[in-house]
This record gives sequence, C-alpha cells and structure tokens, in this order.
Amino acid sequence: MSDPSKEWPLWEVFVRGKGGLSHRHVGSVHATDAKMALEHARDTYTRRMEGISLWVLPSAQIVASDPGDAGALFEPAEDKVYRHPTFYKIPDGITHI
Amino acid sequence: MYTTDMTGKTKAETVAEDPALIAAFEARVANDEFIEPKDWMPEAYRKTLVRQMSQHAHSEIVGMLPEGNWISRAPNLRRKAILLAKVQDEGGHGLYLYAAAETLGTSRDEMTEALLAGKAKYSTIFNYPTLTWADIGAIGWLVDGAAIMNQVPLQRTSYGPYARAMVRICKEESFHQRQGYEITMHLAAGTAEQKRMAQDALDRWWWPSLMMFGPPDDKSPNTEQSMRWRIKRDTNDDLRQKFVDITVPQAEAIGLKVPDSALKWNEERGAYDFGDVDWEEFYAVVKGEGPVAKERLQARQKAWDEGAWVRDAARVHAEKRAAAKLAAE
Repeated sequence: MSDPSKEWPLWEVFVRGKGGLSHRHVGSVHATDAKMALEHARDTYTRRMEGISLWVLPSAQIVASDPGDAGALFEPAEDKVYRHPTFYKIPDGITHI
Repeated sequence: MYTTDMTGKTKAETVAEDPALIAAFEARVANDEFIEPKDWMPEAYRKTLVRQMSQHAHSEIVGMLPEGNWISRAPNLRRKAILLAKVQDEGGHGLYLYAAAETLGTSRDEMTEALLAGKAKYSTIFNYPTLTWADIGAIGWLVDGAAIMNQVPLQRTSYGPYARAMVRICKEESFHQRQGYEITMHLAAGTAEQKRMAQDALDRWWWPSLMMFGPPDDKSPNTEQSMRWRIKRDTNDDLRQKFVDITVPQAEAIGLKVPDSALKWNEERGAYDFGDVDWEEFYAVVKGEGPVAKERLQARQKAWDEGAWVRDAARVHAEKRAAAKLAAE
C-alpha cells in the first residue's frame, strides 16, 4: 500500500504568460524540493511557450478561505452598489467624469 | 485523453447525507456553476469523479506505450520529433489529470496502485497492438479524434479542476489528431503497399475507436446520474454518431474505406447509419482480455518497481539537505 509519508510533496504552479501579466495558477506537480518542482513545472506546464516565468510553492503552505464562509466574507459587498461609478447619475452635458 | 466511460459501480451511497446540502449542491450544478475542491459535494459525486478522472489519467499514461513503441522506428527525423512531442504530451495530460484528481483527496500513488492492482481501468483502446507505422497515423487520427469528441464537452464538466485540465488538454490534442491524419494521408497517397498499410490500420482501429465512446446508452446505467451532475454532457451514442459523421468524409477524401458494410448516409436523419459495434469484444477487453492487456500492465508495473529506488533516493536526499540547512542556520 502507498505510504503517504513517502510520497513526494505537492507544489502549486503559477505561470506568468508574458511580461505585464501576473502569475496565474495552472495546476500542481510532485517534487522533493523547490528545484525539482520548478523543473517539473517547466516540463508539465510550459511545453508550448505558455510562459516566461514560473512560481512554485508547497501546496501545504497555501491558506485558503473556507467556502462555508463565502457568504459572510463576500456578500456584504452586494448591497454597496455606491462603490461603483455607475451608481451616480451625472447629467449628459458633463464630460470627462 | 482517452476516456472510455465504463461507469458501472457508483450507486446511491448508503451513508446519509444532509438533504439540504444535497439540494443546494444539485441546484448549483443545475445552474451550471462549477464545483471546487473544498466545496461540499455528495460522496457519490466525489467517487464518480475520482474513478473517471483517474481512469482518464491512467489512459493517458498507458497510451504512451503503443506509440512509444514506434519512436525508435519512425521513418524520418521529422516524424520522430513529432512523435516524441506527442508522447510527451500524453505524459503531460496524465499529470494534469492526476493533479486535478488529487484535489478530491486521493493521492497519485494511491491511484497508481489501484491501476496496478487491476482495481482501476484505462481505455480499452490501448489493449490493441501497434503493428505497423500506419497504426501511428490511425491512432492520432481516429483514437485522438474520438478522444477529442469525448473531451470537448468535458471542458464544461461541473468539477472545476477537471474542466480546467480539459481545456489545456483539448488545446494540445488537436495537433495529435492532425499529425495522425497527415501520416495516414501520406501513406494513402503513396505506393500501393503504403496505401494497403493505411487501409489495414483503418480496418483494425475503426471499431475499437467507436468503442471508445463506451457502451450504448441503454446499457450505460450511470449516464443519467452523470449527466444530471454535469460530469458528463453528452450521451455515449450521441458522441459516437458525431464521430462517425465527421470521420467518414475524412476517410473518403484520402481514398480509404471505412470497414463497415452497413455504413450508409441517411438523408432523412442527416447522419450516417452504421453497423453494430461488437460489444462482446468490448466487454472482453474491459475485463483485460485485449491482445496486449497483460503487456501494458506489466510495463506499468515494471516502470513503477524500477523507479522505486529513484523516488526513495530523491526524497531522502531532499530530507537530508533540508535537515542540514536547518542545522546550519
């Protein structure tokens, strides 16, 4: 049987598609250390010029919000429409605003 | 990718789940929302996905074997470079899918061990041998073609990581199909013997390719559940028909004949009528009676066993280095 303590740790992979874009999550790889994780990420996720830069980080290091908290976290923004510019009615004649 | 849908086990779980949670989940799915790893999901949904995704991943990896067989014997450098890239892609596809499946809580090693123990399946198509170079053409054209047909709708499958993996795979798969068709096209336009090879490969791969869509709808007990959960977006028979309709003209265009005496254009349906697939053969191959089924699993077992010391050594090396670094700080 597989022994979880003997499996290579999981790393999350982020790729910067091109200059000016931020790194974006693309998937994960197994690797024993950071160098190997970068090599595997390169072979697995950038075979077709998908990127110019890679980030890898141990999956165990990611702290995520709980989906169960999504309501409490994100719903309060729903009734704050005044945070959007379209909330304000400006007469037609007024420009550059 | 190569999914052959061989679902047949997941029935409603006996563990009681909160009906309110189930209702909320089903409403989200019905509303075409994506389900993400940490979201609540019914156990049966999780199990169905692990089975389907791991089977899909195994198929990509086992699929490297019949084609890898021809890398050293590709007819020229161009073909060799292309085939190497294609086989490498299949390895990549397997890895995307294992990674996506792992988000459901089953590790890659566990999935690999299930394959080696015969508990997990892979596509029956790889239990057929690649006898000539023309088979490499037929695999790209027909097998990858059937795979694309299966995979395109999976880009909208309800499980987010699976859908995202499928988007990447579909982008890459199109090259596979085109290079296969190009090989077949060149052979079909070559000497009489080359054309015979191309026809022979089509003859042997046609029916197994149709089997890749899985059993007929009335014999696919989980299709309804999987469609309701939007794990699956089209039925096996619908996809099979679509494949026949687009592939027959491709064969005719290069002067090859699809090996089906019942094949006939049906003006009224606007589709081809075609003969019955030999499902006895399909189920026999699923059970591991394919011509090279034993060789395939032996090759996977060998790779797993012979790689064990590498996996262990790399892990221990990394642990030692990490410990040494810690001690030096």
